[in-house]
Amino acid sequence: MHEMSLTESVVEILCEEGRKQGFSRVKTVWLEIGELSGVEPRAMEFCFDAASRGTLAEGAKLEIVRSPGQGWCLDCGKTVPLSERFGACPECGQYHVQMSGGDEMRVKELEVE
Amino acid sequence: MCTVCGCGTAVVEGQKPAESKAHSHDYGHGDHDHGDGDHGHGHGDHSHGHDHSHGDHSHAHDHEHKHHGHHHDHDHDHGDHDHHHHAHGEASETLDYGAGLAGVHVPGLSQERIVQIERDILSKNRSYADENRDVFAQKGVLALNFVSSPGSGKTSLLVRVINDLKDRFAISVIEGDQQTSNDAERIRATGARAIQVNTGKGCHLDAHMVGRALETLEPKNNSLLFIENVGNLVCPAAFDLGEAHKVVLLSTTEGEDKPAKYPDMFAAADLMLLNKSDLLPHLDFDVGACLGHALRVNPNLQTLVVSAKTGEGLVAFYAWIEARAARAQASVKKAG
Repeated sequence: MHEMSLTESVVEILCEEGRKQGFSRVKTVWLEIGELSGVEPRAMEFCFDAASRGTLAEGAKLEIVRSPGQGWCLDCGKTVPLSERFGACPECGQYHVQMSGGDEMRVKELEVE
Repeated sequence: MCTVCGCGTAVVEGQKPAESKAHSHDYGHGDHDHGDGDHGHGHGDHSHGHDHSHGDHSHAHDHEHKHHGHHHDHDHDHGDHDHHHHAHGEASETLDYGAGLAGVHVPGLSQERIVQIERDILSKNRSYADENRDVFAQKGVLALNFVSSPGSGKTSLLVRVINDLKDRFAISVIEGDQQTSNDAERIRATGARAIQVNTGKGCHLDAHMVGRALETLEPKNNSLLFIENVGNLVCPAAFDLGEAHKVVLLSTTEGEDKPAKYPDMFAAADLMLLNKSDLLPHLDFDVGACLGHALRVNPNLQTLVVSAKTGEGLVAFYAWIEARAARAQASVKKAG
């Protein structure tokens, strides 16, 4: 959806961490992007090339870890896999599911030097 | 857009483009220091940030907010830093697993290592949104963020609402569009103060753009602030601007299943206005089915059927606004 501005935020976080933690180059970035976050990983990879140019993250490899969508079904009283945000429970077919995972958008880990 | 770091597409009306866009990268990312400097606490020590605890950071941040609120921007020429207010308030969100490794870092010697940071990508926007929220709370301003597809009638509705409420409230408006200031001009014709934010290629307003617009707009105490977001039923859902409520508009000329197709926005909103009710006799639009889709996505959503043209239903919307404005104003009195 808005991968460019999200990717800019990622690069900002990298620059900030670089100053705080004293590294000057980022070689690999691990992002956790949930399957229900609405973020298209390939678009993010595309944007990252542009957004990181001229920064300490230029040329860094982007590793995107997808976390699966899941929710708590109020009717079944348990955690169920969720393939779409606000989707129905795969077991009972009702829509009384509260999303409990899969909307993550996080910078998890960096390989730096 | 700045080709170095990808920032700075947005232009806030009334602020010089040179100020709002250009920033020199002569010093690499030395410009981050400006952002920090504005907040009055030395971040020089961030370069060896592992020598001190992160508790200090959050303290410094709190202190800053208490005493300076949002006004730090006024005295400093850093409108140009766009997304560069780095490292305030963020430190406390950092789980610093890398501290031990960094401790052995010798400047000048490159050393590969893994740093775990666990930072939410939207945390940046959230901290700007919190600053905006502080401004609204201090001034008793009720801020509403109007979101919808293009063409649902946001601007027409706002023009009508301003005309109907301007005797009761001071009202100011932030208009978000990719280009042109047409909407701001329509709003200004009502006599309300309006500022246009052009997002360039951006598909939504973010909290930092709104913060900068607030500096110019300076909403009055106990006033209403309407933020008309970029017409887009997807992206603005994810960006908190510091508003009290998102108000989503849907018009009867759109599909009645839009809340099911674009659920995020209806989940993020507190109030849905089904606009253009005057056209219902000419359309096959099932109001009940539409509201049903919306309520399935967001059981707490409030819904009103309105027409910006005929005024149908707007009395209920005004009652909704007045009740919330009274609450916003009361909380200032209490605090004062």
